[in-house]
Amino acid sequence: MTTPQQPTQLPTQHSINPELQVQGALSDNERLKADSHHLRGTITTDLKDEITGGFTGDNFLLVRFHGMYQQDDRDIRAERAEQKLEPLHNVMLRARMPGGIITPTQWLAIDKFATEKTMYGSIRLTTRQTFQFHGVFKPNIKPMHQMLNSIGIDSIATAGDVNRNVLCTSNPVESVLHQQAYQWAVKISEHLLPKTRAYAEIWLDEEKVETTETEPVLGDTYLPRKFKTTVVIPPHNDIDVHANDLNFVAIAENGQLIGFNVLVGGGLAMTHGDKGTYPRRAEDFGFIGLEHVLKVAEHVVTVQRDYGDRVNRKNAKTKYTIDRIGVDTFKQEVEARVGVKFQPSRPYEFTHRGDRFGWVEGIDGKHHLTLFIENGRLLNYPGKPLKTGVSEIAKIHQGDFRMTANQNLIIAGVAAADKAQIEAIARAHGLIEDSVTEQRKNSMACVSLPTCPLAMAEAERYLPTLVTHVEGILAKHGVADDHIILRVVGCPNGCGRAMLAEAGLVGRGPGKYNLYLGGNTAGTRIPKLYLDNVAEAEILAALDGLIGRWSVERQSGECFGDFVIRVGVVAEVKVSKTDFHA
Amino acid sequence: MLLASLTAQASPLSAQQVKDLQALVSQLNPIQQAWVSGYLAAAAQFAGQQAGTVAATQVAEASTLTILYASQTGNAKAVANKIKAAAESKGFAVALADIASYKTTALVKEKFLIIVASTYGEGEPPESAVSFHKFLFGKKAPQLPQLQYAVLGLGDSSYEYFCQTAVDFDTKLATLGAKRLHQTALLDVDYDAQASEWQQQALTQFEPLLKAANSAPSAQVIAWPGATDGHHSLYNKQNPLLAELSANQKITGRDSTKDVRHIEISLADSGLTYQPGDALGVYFHNDPALVTAILAATGIAADSKVQFDGAEHTVQQLLTEQLELTQSYPSFVEKYAAATANAALQQLAADKTALREFLAQHQTADVVLQYPGSLSAQQLVDSLRKQQPRLYSIASSQAEVGEEVHLTVGVVRFDNFGQTHLGGASGFLAERLAEGQQVKVFVEHNDNFRLPNHDTPVIMIGPGTGIAPFRAFLQERDNAGATGQNWLFFGNPHFTQDFLYQVELQDYLKRGVLSKLDVAFSRDQAQKVYVQDKLLNKGAEVWSWLEQGAHIYICGDGSKMAKDVHQALLQIAQTHGGLSDEAASDYFEQLRESKRYQKDVY
Repeated sequence: MTTPQQPTQLPTQHSINPELQVQGALSDNERLKADSHHLRGTITTDLKDEITGGFTGDNFLLVRFHGMYQQDDRDIRAERAEQKLEPLHNVMLRARMPGGIITPTQWLAIDKFATEKTMYGSIRLTTRQTFQFHGVFKPNIKPMHQMLNSIGIDSIATAGDVNRNVLCTSNPVESVLHQQAYQWAVKISEHLLPKTRAYAEIWLDEEKVETTETEPVLGDTYLPRKFKTTVVIPPHNDIDVHANDLNFVAIAENGQLIGFNVLVGGGLAMTHGDKGTYPRRAEDFGFIGLEHVLKVAEHVVTVQRDYGDRVNRKNAKTKYTIDRIGVDTFKQEVEARVGVKFQPSRPYEFTHRGDRFGWVEGIDGKHHLTLFIENGRLLNYPGKPLKTGVSEIAKIHQGDFRMTANQNLIIAGVAAADKAQIEAIARAHGLIEDSVTEQRKNSMACVSLPTCPLAMAEAERYLPTLVTHVEGILAKHGVADDHIILRVVGCPNGCGRAMLAEAGLVGRGPGKYNLYLGGNTAGTRIPKLYLDNVAEAEILAALDGLIGRWSVERQSGECFGDFVIRVGVVAEVKVSKTDFHA
Repeated sequence: MLLASLTAQASPLSAQQVKDLQALVSQLNPIQQAWVSGYLAAAAQFAGQQAGTVAATQVAEASTLTILYASQTGNAKAVANKIKAAAESKGFAVALADIASYKTTALVKEKFLIIVASTYGEGEPPESAVSFHKFLFGKKAPQLPQLQYAVLGLGDSSYEYFCQTAVDFDTKLATLGAKRLHQTALLDVDYDAQASEWQQQALTQFEPLLKAANSAPSAQVIAWPGATDGHHSLYNKQNPLLAELSANQKITGRDSTKDVRHIEISLADSGLTYQPGDALGVYFHNDPALVTAILAATGIAADSKVQFDGAEHTVQQLLTEQLELTQSYPSFVEKYAAATANAALQQLAADKTALREFLAQHQTADVVLQYPGSLSAQQLVDSLRKQQPRLYSIASSQAEVGEEVHLTVGVVRFDNFGQTHLGGASGFLAERLAEGQQVKVFVEHNDNFRLPNHDTPVIMIGPGTGIAPFRAFLQERDNAGATGQNWLFFGNPHFTQDFLYQVELQDYLKRGVLSKLDVAFSRDQAQKVYVQDKLLNKGAEVWSWLEQGAHIYICGDGSKMAKDVHQALLQIAQTHGGLSDEAASDYFEQLRESKRYQKDVY
């Protein structure tokens, strides 16, 4: 089917100040994007190549812009090299699901695909409030996209140097406000999407249209680096604003959304050993009314597009652009492009980040059940057929599902009459276990080994054991019902948001981690390095000592992260650029 | 090449031949030497043409600086690229390669080498360098007196084993006799400036040597034919060579339904040579457990003395080493039934059809175990046939592997009667013979499976272990710099598990040694696809190759595959050549007679 040709839209022109740009030889990724014919590359040729299960040359990176990462089973990489076989190449797909809302019909379709067509047979809920398929072999890639398209899902721009899946606080209770905020998340996602038809041509076999394509917002070489956006509804900070480049903080009056405070320049990725990289909190630019939301989103992106570092990818994210050209310059540039001034920020407060497990009733009288999904991994474990449980619920559920940024799942919009049946299914399949501690519910890990090519150490596979140890330590010191926000990541790129944890482990090598301490419960403080490149025994010994002290020396209501800073275990990171590596 | 430095390893000659040649040449003056060299070159060329092949000729290449990188995150690769650029700007010929794709067998020929190596985790080599590292530290690592090298290490000093991989490479190369031309540098995460400095200093060290090497007259070197005429070899079927198993590597994936082994056997110092297309005969020992079970079932003491081939043996030794216990055959059933006076077996032996069906399901040992009976040790031995060596198509070329021979062995393994059964030779090679232990082998020459001259295109059809001789062909043509195009058809059940030699074939394709590679993975889709289907798909092109003089080869299963492929070829001749049914048959008959259509099927 042919889509009518869009009227040609020229890129928005702005005068660019070369003094604010980084000069030098562009990184190779810039050449790759420029040469890609708007993200097409030669992906279709690679799909026909029967000699390798992987993608070749630039296509390896280009498929990321289509929401996929080429990966392989790292557990058997060396074994296969000995067998004279290439690595077991496959792709991971990350869907675009703004706000993480998915219908039961959609769920049943992705469940079927995961079972029948993926190596691991799992659905992985992720910190980007979406799901991932892991282990899809080349012959199944196109059918996968076509299956998703048939249920109204795509994976455009969920990876690569673009604006990725837009997050939105999972708060079904305040249903009116959430619905308004969620609609903005969808609109922002659509507005910032690449306009190239590459996705439709390559994966959906849509006809090639002779057209002079342009990318009016992202630009023909797209963004300098990945870009992450959220819509957040205080006091919840479940989506972790400070991990994101651009955040819209919902401001409501009388339960109705009236506008947003805009926070710009958060981000957690860093590179071990490179002090020019650091996790950084977002800056508050001020308040805007709803009429300006899309233009502000667009021009925070265009300023970053024009002034982000395209020479050194390690310094290409918005947070470094802000530190290099200055908060005021960045903000003024956005104001000039939008043609409106930011108003003073409206007051708001974040109090917590965790999900509220169990049943809650919304103001619209609907009921919502939040399930704790360890590591976000829905799979049928021996005695705990979690994935089957969710699909059984999907078969009878009249509402929808909400994937949370904490990798959990909400069965949302349940009529009072249906509660008992849904809870019974959940319990029968191990989706509700009353014995799960607060500590476990507030612990999180990224995917890491064996699929993530960046992983240096275990994360998801290690987390359950680590939590058991920490539970033991809490119990030993008589604080078993308390918890610390604990996060483990396999590398310093930030997926599991360890750099906003009270205790964060960041992988260095097999069995070795850096331990960072001093985040807070609200997620408004970056933790600081406490132990460098250590194994489990040292980490547990340190936590044992510090949790022991916390249990007796803490002030009323003082969280672990606040405690370690007050007593001087680590210094507070106030300004990342100067304090983080100090 | 100076004769004094000529070794068996660096030439196609055996150690004895090297000695003889050195002895002869030492008596000749320079003029005589020049005459002999010309005479031999011409003679070799003539002999090669007579045999339907032309001796490999190569122009000696200018001395090259090889740069290898062992990269985990891309840093070492980037540094290696910079060194390459700097070296090229000095006018050096540079070969840059990922250490993962570097052929370790080429190391003995390298003269100038730079390695840039990162280190992974706690001192392990990066995954791309595991094989190379293993090779250097393994027992097959050659002496490298010809090599001059420099190593640059990249690492992170916060790890305990900082730059360990670079240290390993440096010390091991030195141990193997190579000369360190520039001090190894171990650089931390902020390596940029120091890497540039090291690069400049290292290249300064290489510069005069590379220049000197390249200013020497580049004489045309006549390479020796791929192998000497092994018919005169000391070793044969009657007198096999006791050779050492040097590698036994499974080359199907962990989830494969097949167990295929890549076997490497050392021919070091034996003088035994072979040509691509030849087969290797392998003698084997039967499974000792099977021997014990047979003796128990027949009530024979293991140390019973028996006569065989005019000598006395214990029955146990004879059953293990010399008699056929796996491949079944009618005469055993007849003799054993008579010796044990087993009526049921005698009745079975009398019905030829029933016996054939029975034998298809039973190994020789199964007969004894299912029909235990009493007979003397001598009667048992007299019932059994002498073991026949198994022939495996050789999967290597000596131009590539020197004094080694490689096989591609499909392990026969099946469950029957509640027992796991293994093939005699494949079970021995795959499961019972440890690396370093010895196996009796000989070369079975096959002049009916030979490469044409170097500029003739070839089409190779080798599904499953049928790929073996084509690996040898590709090695041979690669090393000879043959210009003829090469097209391989391969098939097996599953792409992810059964793509034999996948990484090597990908490399051949990338380097243009393989012009085309078509694969049929029969069970990856609902509709089964085989090599003959792929041939038919490419029928027009196959026909065009044949019309341009291509030779066509089939190796593998003869009962079904080779017949189906032949039918596909006939169909192609009809469809694309416009030949009648009969003319198509004649066409391939003519190809066969002119040795353009050759089969090695089993």
